[in-house]
Amino acid sequence: MSGDESERLITEVRSALESDRAVTIEGEASKAFLGPRTDGEVLSTRGHTGIIEYRPDELVVTARAGTSLSELAAVLSAENQMLACDPPRFGGRGTLGGAIAAGFSGPARPWHGSVRDGLLGVEMVNGHGEQMQFGGQVMKNVAGYDVSRLMVGARGTLGLILSASLKVLPRPEHTCTTVVDVDRIEASSRSFELLRKPYPISGTCYVDNRLHVRLSGNEAAVVDASEILGASLEVEESFWDQVRDHEHPFFQRERPLWRVSLARGAVSPSDDDQEQLVEWAGAQVWEYMDDARPMIDLGDGGYVTPFRNVTAESSKAKRSQDLYEQRLKAAFDPADIFNRGMVV
Amino acid sequence: MSNPRVLELFRAHLPPQSIITDQVAVRPFETDGITAFRERPWVVVLPENVEQVRSVLQICHHHGVPVVTRGAGTGLSGGARPIRDGVLLTMSKMRKVIEVDLDACTATVEPGVTNLAISDAVREHGLYYAPDPSSQIACSIGGNVAENSGGVHCLKYGLTVHNVLGIRVQTIEGEEIVLGGKTYDNRGYDLLALMMGSEGMLGVVTQVTVKLLPEPPDRWVLLGVYDDLSKAGDSVSAIIGAGVIPAGLEMMDSLAIRAAEEFVHAGYPVDAAAILLCELDGSANQVESDAGRVSEIMKVGGAISVRTATTEEECELFWKGRKAAFPAVGRLAPDYYCMDGSVPRHAIGGVLSEITRLSTVYQLPVANVFHAGDGNLHPLVLYDTNNEGELHRAETLGGKILEYCVAVGGTVTGEHGVGVEKLDEMCIQFSDVELDQFHRLKAVFDPATLMNPGKAVPTLARCSELGGMHVHEGQVPHPELERF
Repeated sequence: MSGDESERLITEVRSALESDRAVTIEGEASKAFLGPRTDGEVLSTRGHTGIIEYRPDELVVTARAGTSLSELAAVLSAENQMLACDPPRFGGRGTLGGAIAAGFSGPARPWHGSVRDGLLGVEMVNGHGEQMQFGGQVMKNVAGYDVSRLMVGARGTLGLILSASLKVLPRPEHTCTTVVDVDRIEASSRSFELLRKPYPISGTCYVDNRLHVRLSGNEAAVVDASEILGASLEVEESFWDQVRDHEHPFFQRERPLWRVSLARGAVSPSDDDQEQLVEWAGAQVWEYMDDARPMIDLGDGGYVTPFRNVTAESSKAKRSQDLYEQRLKAAFDPADIFNRGMVV
Repeated sequence: MSNPRVLELFRAHLPPQSIITDQVAVRPFETDGITAFRERPWVVVLPENVEQVRSVLQICHHHGVPVVTRGAGTGLSGGARPIRDGVLLTMSKMRKVIEVDLDACTATVEPGVTNLAISDAVREHGLYYAPDPSSQIACSIGGNVAENSGGVHCLKYGLTVHNVLGIRVQTIEGEEIVLGGKTYDNRGYDLLALMMGSEGMLGVVTQVTVKLLPEPPDRWVLLGVYDDLSKAGDSVSAIIGAGVIPAGLEMMDSLAIRAAEEFVHAGYPVDAAAILLCELDGSANQVESDAGRVSEIMKVGGAISVRTATTEEECELFWKGRKAAFPAVGRLAPDYYCMDGSVPRHAIGGVLSEITRLSTVYQLPVANVFHAGDGNLHPLVLYDTNNEGELHRAETLGGKILEYCVAVGGTVTGEHGVGVEKLDEMCIQFSDVELDQFHRLKAVFDPATLMNPGKAVPTLARCSELGGMHVHEGQVPHPELERF
């Protein structure tokens, strides 16, 4: 099923603006658990789906915001390609628009880039009800401010995304995973070492006292690197999908889960191995914590955000950019109609 | 203009050697890399540290004096052209490498550090900074941030936006904004991405933390020779479509080949219609297998011959001609005008035909050098300022090329920026609601419009006068607003 509902969506934004109502933008609601609940009627992008343009030799796909990530992946896979940023599809759902609004990226992020890195352009509606287009389908484009990338991680507060163009990559011809049993400190130093090595790495994951390193790319390069790293075990490719989509057993506990974004080369201050799953060569840590206050100031840009089952109010460090973020919101959505009450 | 009160305040905060008002001494600062646009600033200030930068900005803010920030002055769109009544804030004295962090694989530097100096500082550790604009010997990292610079290797390794992890920005209001650090992402809006390529319109970058990459163990360069320009263009799409991501993929046409060969003797075939240079990097086995595939694709695509450079010396020789292409073409005519359109790869052939047609119509030769792998063209329009009307013809021809790029789904600037040079073309690419949004966005950081005023985003009045104004659904947006 695919359909262009741009007109309906724009009309609804304008009518909300005229009657001074807020709207809550929603795709498949696959990340509703993140909270907080926002004001206003749901403005659903679920029917606004379909691939608008896809030319494999351009390495770009353009699709409507409601297009499901799984469907998109299937279409790309048929051409032996994939989204470089590989965003999570929580519960097997998740739409393109939601992936951009949330800004999460898969295990390959340090090597293949994030949603923000792969985004080439968006078509959107701002809080004035104006339809606008920024960026495009070309790899290099410095005309005007980079509004497209500003939409990544903005959680729908700056505008409604109608469609987006993303960079795609050829699927690797060969993939394997090496596994070693090490403690957390050893895993960290091995991970940092990987940043200095020219191997075709496409993910690391430290969980249950094991460091998993995924290699993918040209077969010769993968084989060369796996021989150096050693200790290859049979690990199904689905292991990485489970980590990406939080379906791995680690994520099944009904306890407060936090996402910790650490500086490259930094180690998490907490030391309970069983409570952590570490990706991105140490820089993305998922951690069960009853109290995240010790992590408010991690240095070098590190920060912590509540993810699942967190009810306690999370206190945030004040930042130099707060004032500019308020003004920025007003520059796009002065009447605060989009996702009123959302925390970015 | 000379504002004695403002000068007095500058003198209270900056050492005497950091303030230049002598009208002969300011002359080298009249232009950036595009010398057609000149203006003499009434004062040039060269701060030595962030406190001095902040003082200059606060003084300018208080007195309503415009500020143009300049890095190394190598920009190609007039973005750092001074304003007669403004201050030229030159960052070249801030050139310390603050920290190299080997665990994080990052370097933190001041904005005046040159692009190449970063790689030089970390080479002993087997690391380098990937974006490599042609001007990398001279251009500064602060300027790279302002322009979101690319380079020959950005096809595989990305632009500045993909390789910078953190920056510190001083706003005209005297605030410091710390964006990112050494993390992969940041809480809140992605102001770091917004600052990339913002052309000195939003703030002044005073510190940059970049990601370092390990040097690839091996690299080869293939040189494909073609008797037909469009066959070379088709090979570009075929290589990418086959799943190979080269480290660089460049194309030159016959005029550029001949000029380069005559200039540096790189061994290029002077009777070819086009050449493709394809760099492959990675492990030795990977490079060898990729090279086999690319060579086959080139031959199937009609290449007359494919040469392979496998040693560092041979690779350098193949690149030598490409790297010298601009100065080489510069020898063919007294002046040249370099364009920077970017198009989807499949449109390369069409754009080349259109350029050939326009070259005949306007009776000016055009040499083509481009980053073919990412569809970024640099047509060089040759002219002579001394011949009456030629500059105007060159500009018109260039404008027509960019219009065509937009029409086929491309952009008016891939990597050089808008500056003052491409303001008119921005009216073609963007509607007035989009331009309005840009102006509102600028006001977030610079409500009084003092940072690089008149650059990067055209006023609606300018576009309207050009007749290129987009009227959306028969309505001028915000009819209540005054047109700038």
